[in-house]
Amino acid sequence: MGYVAVKGGREAIEASIERLKYERLKRGTVLGVEQARAGLRGLMDQVMSEGSLYDEEAAALAIKQAEGSPEEAVFLLRAYRSTLPRLHTSLPLRSEEMRIERRISATFKDIPGGQILGASYDYVHRLLDDSLREEQDADARAWLEGWHDAVHRSGETGPKEPLGSLPKVLDYLRELGLIAMREDDEAEPRDVTKQTLSFPAHRSERLQVLTRGQTGTVTSLGYASLRGFGPMLHPTVGELRVGRLPVVVPNPLTDSVHAEADPSDGYYLGEVRLTEVETVVPIQVPKAEGRTGLSFDLGYGACFGQNETKAIAMSLLDQCLEHPDARYPTHDEEFVLMHVDSVESTGFISHLKLPHYVTFQSELDAVRSTWSDDASVSTEPDDAGDPE
Amino acid sequence: MTAQGNQHFAFLDEGSKREIRRATLKAIAIPGYQVPFASREMPIARGWGTGGLQLTLALIGPDDVLKVIDQGTDESVNAVNIKKLVQATTGVRATESTHDATLIQSRHRIPDVPLRADQILVLQVPIPEPLRFVEPREEVTRRLHAERDYSGAYLMLFEQIMRHGHVTSGADHPVMVEDRYVMAPSPIPRIDNPKLHQAEALVLLGAGREKKIYAVPPHTNVASLDFEDYPFHVEDMSGRACHQCGADGVFMDEIQDEQTGETVFLCNDTSACLERMNASGDRI
Repeated sequence: MGYVAVKGGREAIEASIERLKYERLKRGTVLGVEQARAGLRGLMDQVMSEGSLYDEEAAALAIKQAEGSPEEAVFLLRAYRSTLPRLHTSLPLRSEEMRIERRISATFKDIPGGQILGASYDYVHRLLDDSLREEQDADARAWLEGWHDAVHRSGETGPKEPLGSLPKVLDYLRELGLIAMREDDEAEPRDVTKQTLSFPAHRSERLQVLTRGQTGTVTSLGYASLRGFGPMLHPTVGELRVGRLPVVVPNPLTDSVHAEADPSDGYYLGEVRLTEVETVVPIQVPKAEGRTGLSFDLGYGACFGQNETKAIAMSLLDQCLEHPDARYPTHDEEFVLMHVDSVESTGFISHLKLPHYVTFQSELDAVRSTWSDDASVSTEPDDAGDPE
Repeated sequence: MTAQGNQHFAFLDEGSKREIRRATLKAIAIPGYQVPFASREMPIARGWGTGGLQLTLALIGPDDVLKVIDQGTDESVNAVNIKKLVQATTGVRATESTHDATLIQSRHRIPDVPLRADQILVLQVPIPEPLRFVEPREEVTRRLHAERDYSGAYLMLFEQIMRHGHVTSGADHPVMVEDRYVMAPSPIPRIDNPKLHQAEALVLLGAGREKKIYAVPPHTNVASLDFEDYPFHVEDMSGRACHQCGADGVFMDEIQDEQTGETVFLCNDTSACLERMNASGDRI
């Protein structure tokens, strides 16, 4: 009898975990947490955004532990996040106060405060740079010295506008009345990590799910809506800004109305780096006597770190979901919101690796039952059957 | 930060446990109804038993004796992994014996040994919505439940009969609970469905990814969906006896012997099989 009953699972698991450690260490060198933080900015930003936790140290550790696998690193951060007590809710962040590092608009060439390119891959050629192979820490320090000198020298000719209070580009369209004004929704946002999503979903829930969404999924769904699985209205990036925003929690002794009126009374916790996008989408609006006019609708995207593609795609999906349309999955909030989460989608897909001996045996029974019927029919000689 | 030594008893903070227990109480009060709950992100993957795990962690106390089974086996990798996590964060005793356990977490099987009133069975659930295969939208299925509109579920069985001459559901054959809610019993084989009817033990079902908890309290009427002229059938185990303990009429794994190429059958519930062998004095 060659078969051994499924025993020894514990030993096999221990050995598998050892082997995993070997794979991480086999080249005899380790990735330092600080190196991950310094050199893997793109991955750090993606992992903090999908992990829904702004903690660079935890993210760097997660990336190291996960050997750079984004889904694993996000999973680690989420599991860690769910053990943290939630002690405070910050005051609303006002993105007008963002300390801008980058800010561009595709709607107007000349915008108040100017286009600020900041750091971006948009303007480089995607050619492998062989000189980076031999790059040393000393090279980095030498380059930094030169950079700081240059910045210092140009100090007198720096930006005219303070970078902490640049106006929103789309305020111009708002003033002209070309963007449908919405009333401020002062309702307390729902927390999708504390309350199960129900449908139709509140916009605060939609935005939370999208900002936590898997970068690739949000991008792909946004792309689908842009490419043709949507009403083919070409959106325009009104403003994309990347920068830092202060996070302030209210003084527990002050009531919420006073706290929002006077944030200086609260406690400053630190800054988060965000990407924020406002896109404008042309829409038809009803006019008098059954005629329609055109106006602009707004799509909003925001996420931790510099994740520009994701933030733009999020803004497209936000606008799509504001206009439900049964013809397009990207306009169906259950389709979008139930499937963009990295931890949920990777978890359920990967569960297919688990043993399904029982369910498959049951299925086998059902499949066989359909064949045994046919067999009984075909083995019966034709003339022996009922004369009718 | 994540050292297991300084973590909270049973991993979850007390607030989370209380919230899960509240949802559980509601589930027990409305047998078969899916209660939404704020499913936490766990250190094991969604889809790998996080719903069951959260129920277990919310219920477990230091005096509990835990049994974890996956597809009938205590030693299956996922069962071992879940047991390891619960033990590391609680220090409770684990057992493979169904008799000794006070809390049993299981994936896709109800043990062959009948459960007692002082035991709780936690089942892991992948898709809690029995109507999902007729309607993909949650918004719609919730309304169908509210209106007790189960024509879609019956229609699915009817279509199977029309196509194949009889019902061809595999595991997870839907059940009617207390003549009110149609419920997914989780992908247990059909042979386990009758064990839910008028059971002595409390059965809790947890779906972590789908964020639902539901329950079959003790002494509840549970009927597998069928028609008068096409009654519910369990898997055909006729002519099969366990190669090891000789049992028949229980759910069996089908095994190909590598050397002889013959097909043999073994009890799927490995601990019940082991007990039968011990009782008869046989050796493995």
